[in-house]
Amino acid sequence: MRISTFWYCLKQGVKNICRNIWFSLASVATISACIFLFCLFFSIIANIRFMVQHVESTVGITVLFDESLTEDQILALGAEIGQRPEIKEMSYISAQEAWDSFKSEYFAGHEDLAEGFADDNPLAGSASYVIYLNNIEQQDSLVAYLEGLQGVRQVNYSNTAAAGFSSFNRMIGVLSLAIIGVLLAVAVFLISNTISVAAAFRRQESQIMRLIGATNFMIRAPFIVEGVLIGLVGAAIPLTGMYFLYTKTVVYLMDRFHILSNMLYFIPIGNIYPAMLAVSLALGVGIGFFGSFFTIRRYLKV
Amino acid sequence: MIEIAGINKTYETGSRALRDISIQIGDGEFVFIMGRSGSGKSTLLKLLLKEAEPTSGHIIVNDMNLQKMPRRYVPKYRRRLGVVFQDFRLLRDRSVFENVAFAQRVIGASSRTIRESVPEMLKLVGLSAKYKMLPHQLSGGEQQRVAIARALINRPEVLLADEPTGNLDHENAVEIMKLLEQINELGTTVVVVTHSQEIVDRMGKRVITLDRGRLISDEVRGGHKDED
Repeated sequence: MRISTFWYCLKQGVKNICRNIWFSLASVATISACIFLFCLFFSIIANIRFMVQHVESTVGITVLFDESLTEDQILALGAEIGQRPEIKEMSYISAQEAWDSFKSEYFAGHEDLAEGFADDNPLAGSASYVIYLNNIEQQDSLVAYLEGLQGVRQVNYSNTAAAGFSSFNRMIGVLSLAIIGVLLAVAVFLISNTISVAAAFRRQESQIMRLIGATNFMIRAPFIVEGVLIGLVGAAIPLTGMYFLYTKTVVYLMDRFHILSNMLYFIPIGNIYPAMLAVSLALGVGIGFFGSFFTIRRYLKV
Repeated sequence: MIEIAGINKTYETGSRALRDISIQIGDGEFVFIMGRSGSGKSTLLKLLLKEAEPTSGHIIVNDMNLQKMPRRYVPKYRRRLGVVFQDFRLLRDRSVFENVAFAQRVIGASSRTIRESVPEMLKLVGLSAKYKMLPHQLSGGEQQRVAIARALINRPEVLLADEPTGNLDHENAVEIMKLLEQINELGTTVVVVTHSQEIVDRMGKRVITLDRGRLISDEVRGGHKDED
């Protein structure tokens, strides 16, 4: 394509937008709303996933063994458990380590009170393994396996945490997909309307172009440029807003819910923004391109 | 060379627009196609422009069989034709220069080509001084000249004019016909669809007459046969 042809198409696309400024603004507003909500859900889902991953790496399963087992037998069992693919990480806590940890937690500053147990570890026989999973959804199957092992006395785990996080994550995903789907349909419909109006305005011009021997590409290009420009502007507005809003919201939440700071982990803007930017721009351009392309195909046939 | 052989055209409504029409038009000829409303002359023009397909028969223009032409070649074919309409069909928001340049822009001509050829064409149609004007600032005859300049700017082999004098007064109509004759003398085949007996008689060219879809006469250098 010649540079002059490119400029011609671009100029005509901009002219189309200016001619139907109100329709164009309505389309920009809808795409902006659609992409803003997309960014919002994108941030929420990404952050929940981030927090779930964090929980997955901190919520562990504790395996306690029969008191009759020697430490060597426990270590042998531990080696066997360690073969399981769903395990991300596991650590052995001997009875002495368990007692030391308990002491420092409950007798903090008053360690002398525990001196009566110096030669008699009350947690003898409490050697355990703490297991962290790759994916919290695999917890049930691993617990069933552990409970079936000879020599395992007890398996402690948080059933509600696993089920809660998994279903919440899934629900948010499905809900956001449904909302974004509806918004996308509305955006495509509106852009299609805008292009239809532009095509009606330029019907005679397109007809002349056809008879002069312009190719379909040349006839359609200004309308597609119009759609893509509307999509780009429609994406740029919420992206700019989101950049500031995200940072401010994270600061606000961390400040307001200071008490939950152990659970609230947010992805820094620098890590989440490039992906959000790329997907949103692709979404805006995509809505503009496909909305205009398929509309204009119906209007202009050779 | 335009060869129209055994063309029939029946629209989906069932109306028969053309019945077994066969015509040959040589290179560089000037031909009038005459007939009343509903005689089929506009349908014939649409078939030549490949805007519509015949029900049977075939049309060959400069060795190209239009019925066998793939759709993607249609734009290239149309660039070899120039078209002029009764209602001029100019772009009202663009100047005379831009209206003529439009025909070159849409086929991807370079800016340099446009800068060189548009003034030349405006000179040919006598509108060099009015290149900045908008269509509504021109008379009907001048607007038709702009339309002719636009039709000719891509150097077509054939110029098709559909009632080019239909919206003009006598004086302007004569001027436009003179211009078309001048263009024909430069080597372009000119096909003019009209129902104006006066114009046809004045020009003394070949006249093909259609009536209710049938070809009723094909006369060289004559007035046309009275249909009543």
